[in-house]
Amino acid sequence: MGTIKKIAGPAVIAENLEGAKMYDIVRVGKEKLVGEIIRLDGDTCFVQVYEDTNGLMVGEPIVSTGLPLALELGPGLLNGIFDGILRPLDKIQAASGIFISRGIEVSSLDRSKKWDFTPHKKVGDEVKGGDILGTVPEFSFTHKILVPPDKGGKIKHIVGAGQYTIDDTIAELEDGTKLRLAHYWPVRKARPFQRKLDPNQPFLTGMRILDVLFPLTAGGTAAIPGPFGSGKTVTQQSIAKYGDANIVVYVGCGERGNEMTDVLVEFPELEDPQTGRPLMERTILVANTSNMPVAAREASLYTGITLAEYFRDQGYKVSLMADSTSRWAEALREIASRLEEMPAEEGYPPYLSSRLSSFYERAGKVVTLAGEQGAVSVIGAVSPAGGDFSEPVTQSTLRITGGFWALDAGLARARHFPAINWARSYSLFLNILEPWYREHVAPDFPEVRGQIISILQREAELQQVVQLVGPDALQDAERLALEVGRIAREDFLQQNGFDKVDASCSMAKAYGIMQMIIAAYKQGEVALSKGATISDFLTDPVIEKIGRARYVPEAEFPAYKAEFDQMIKTAFMGAVKA
Amino acid sequence: MLKKEYNAVTYVSGPLLFLEGAADLAYGAIVNIDDGTGRIRGGQVIEVSDQYTVLQVFEETSGLNLEKTTVSLVEDVARLGVSKEMVGRAFNGIGKPIDGLPPVVADKRLPINGAPINPVAREKPEEFIQTGVSAIDVNMTLVRGQKLPIFSGSGLPHNELAAQIARQAKVLGEGEGFAVVFAAMGITQREVSYFMQEFERTGALSRSVLFLNKADDPTVERLLTPRMALTAAEYLAFEHDYHVLVILTDLTNYCEALREIGGAREEIPGRRGYPGYMYTDLASLYERAGVVHGKKGSVTQIPILSMPGDDITHPIPDLTGYITEGQIFIARDLAQQGIFPPINVQPSLSRLMNNGIGKGKTRDDHKELADQLFSSYARGVNLRRLVAITGEDALTETDKKYLRFASNFEQKFINQGQNERSIEESLNIGWALLADFPASELKRIRREYIEKYHQKTGKLEELVRA
Repeated sequence: MGTIKKIAGPAVIAENLEGAKMYDIVRVGKEKLVGEIIRLDGDTCFVQVYEDTNGLMVGEPIVSTGLPLALELGPGLLNGIFDGILRPLDKIQAASGIFISRGIEVSSLDRSKKWDFTPHKKVGDEVKGGDILGTVPEFSFTHKILVPPDKGGKIKHIVGAGQYTIDDTIAELEDGTKLRLAHYWPVRKARPFQRKLDPNQPFLTGMRILDVLFPLTAGGTAAIPGPFGSGKTVTQQSIAKYGDANIVVYVGCGERGNEMTDVLVEFPELEDPQTGRPLMERTILVANTSNMPVAAREASLYTGITLAEYFRDQGYKVSLMADSTSRWAEALREIASRLEEMPAEEGYPPYLSSRLSSFYERAGKVVTLAGEQGAVSVIGAVSPAGGDFSEPVTQSTLRITGGFWALDAGLARARHFPAINWARSYSLFLNILEPWYREHVAPDFPEVRGQIISILQREAELQQVVQLVGPDALQDAERLALEVGRIAREDFLQQNGFDKVDASCSMAKAYGIMQMIIAAYKQGEVALSKGATISDFLTDPVIEKIGRARYVPEAEFPAYKAEFDQMIKTAFMGAVKA
Repeated sequence: MLKKEYNAVTYVSGPLLFLEGAADLAYGAIVNIDDGTGRIRGGQVIEVSDQYTVLQVFEETSGLNLEKTTVSLVEDVARLGVSKEMVGRAFNGIGKPIDGLPPVVADKRLPINGAPINPVAREKPEEFIQTGVSAIDVNMTLVRGQKLPIFSGSGLPHNELAAQIARQAKVLGEGEGFAVVFAAMGITQREVSYFMQEFERTGALSRSVLFLNKADDPTVERLLTPRMALTAAEYLAFEHDYHVLVILTDLTNYCEALREIGGAREEIPGRRGYPGYMYTDLASLYERAGVVHGKKGSVTQIPILSMPGDDITHPIPDLTGYITEGQIFIARDLAQQGIFPPINVQPSLSRLMNNGIGKGKTRDDHKELADQLFSSYARGVNLRRLVAITGEDALTETDKKYLRFASNFEQKFINQGQNERSIEESLNIGWALLADFPASELKRIRREYIEKYHQKTGKLEELVRA
């Protein structure tokens, strides 16, 4: 047992803590606050405390648990909301009321609940770490019970199908190791797998601008930077709702309390498009709001990724939303400064970049230890100070992530949602995904995509001219390009997250709308060459038909598109036709 | 019981005092500092180690010397004695009465740092608060449990607006207790008298608790003032069922104080010299707004800040914007035209507005009317730029209507002066402004509401006069 020597905010220095190891969890003071050892120096150790340190005194005891910050992983995580170190917030509420008080010890998982376990192995089977011992149904989801990655051997005893709590021994190995439904894993250590795979399948989000222009792969990483009010959280929540993942881990890292409430109120009501069950049943929320202790905010990102890896190891596709990584970086900065470390750019510690990389590199598509395929995709929001993308967190993130979805306050002010700037955003996954697009969407998909991009670029160029001389000064052909560009922006890029149908869009429908826009452009050129005017183009019912396309339900879309294909053949001729 | 005294003061610098042999003081403890003449200053432990203890002195440190100064423990952490009797009273920045009346008899002594509200305990904020200001009620509606800051600039009338909101704000519905907690940080004597007089003259004082920290009060006290106010607010809201509106002005002074203390503590600065933990620190104030399950009361915040150089990317408005749920934007050009309150609706936003409006809360047409006013005004403002180049003759009749609308919107709708308007009145004025347009121009509003309200809410002149 050691004693506290110095207290400064969340940083505590203790001495004579025997057997102290880096990143071990300690209990600080008489109230047993949770802390973590982050530096060792001779007899003294530096501790970051996950709870408010007011009232703590020099000389109070500090005890090491001898174990690093570890999560108990097993059935009971889904549908849960936890703080940054995986303490269930509803149990904290039961223990301490509406405010979070200190030193509360609650278990992450429900210890008394019985789960229906079905064994997949029998006595005498040889198992290794990560193998599937059996399954437990959790809502509509099959929770696979894994042999802890660091254990393995011959099964001496395994229980039959039946109901067990997470504390019951369900199997015993020859060497005496007892296995339960749950096991512990340290958050700062990536869970092992056999090997990484090339991420050659998209992670579809249901957002046209992302899926078509700036796609992410299953197992890829993307950053969403944007100033406040540009819709970061709305975009992340939309991806959490409609993104094609089996499991969603949503980390609210240093963000607004009311936003977490929004998720808590909304997700149980929303239907999972894959199963028809409430969305919350495949979701885990880690909520460490901005006024909760900073050290736990630092840990919350690792908690999130460890949860994601655990479900990946069961062979599932997992998406991790981190909102916002800037608040995590600030927590890092705050603790570094309390420890009087040498600062680098804007006061952030020099290891900011390497910490960020090691976090994002835990994403990926892998062959699990059990030989199945699983993937963790990470989407991190970045909140650049003053909306300036040159600040260190944005820049460090850009060097690592494969997707960059730049949110734009100007677009948000013009009520263009999602406010993703198509000129600044990019995706590094286009080449690797090209074969998939050709095979699963349409053989000419990349070409069609290219045409839409050039329509948008052409419009941007023309807009600059218009701002100088007004639209009337343009030739009809240029007016046409301008109008088609506007249509592409308003009817393709824009998406109404509050509309039941438009909130999520399939690839087939997105492809269909693109074809409609391109067909209208071509037919417009034909009509103009035959003497039609730009107003013939604008007033033709075909234009409205394109505008309504995104609100047409998926099932009705092919018929709608076929109707359009008929109409377009003779469209825009106006007076010429007569 | 004899209090233990510490007298080994070794170093005084700015607001900080270093003490040896005081390792038994708790982190965050509140102490009294006696300079040997009997004058007592307050202080707080901000760092403690077995070698030395660092105290932050709540008043100026002039006159303190190393030999005679003694320190004694008052409380384990900073606390505020709270009671229902606080309503109607005025205090200084650290909770001492300044209205000449005796101190309140405390029902409880609560730690002013508070504790974070458990996100699970929060309820979705969705009840309307009427501020009586058209621009806010219609275009950026305030909702119970929200934090909606006013972004202003130096020389702009945000204090007048604050006083007006404090006077007019109410929740609709019978029998709901409403209170205003008003905290001013670093305001001048002139502003102190303005607020005191306004609150007394208009009768707002009878439902308010005032915490006034003056510009010449010690810097450190500014860091305590908003926490005192929020502690009082939480107590009234969650123990006495009040709907509490907390007005904090001016957060810029608060952040300056934070920077000053950070500098004195020789901390590594972040952007523009402000401490790296300013986001967390501001969040520890703003996040104390909310509605929670099982409690009738609520805490709503309107923090006011003046943007240095009207720069919205300055760290103070920037970090605030990341935490709060929208902003009310005070515009210099509107103020210069004599429009009061000079609110520019274009950059303003209430993120929780849609939760708190509509049938049963405000009125069925509210959302669509607000969208229409916003988009028509945006069009009018854009046309002004064009007129500046081409002159008004180049415009179509419709365009001229938009121009007229934009100026009426500013002059009649926004510019309401000190008058109070109910949400019903504000919405009707909105419709009256649109009466000029044919129904076909009102694309954001569904036919049903157009039939119900368009050109049917009364004449603009009469509505505005009323």
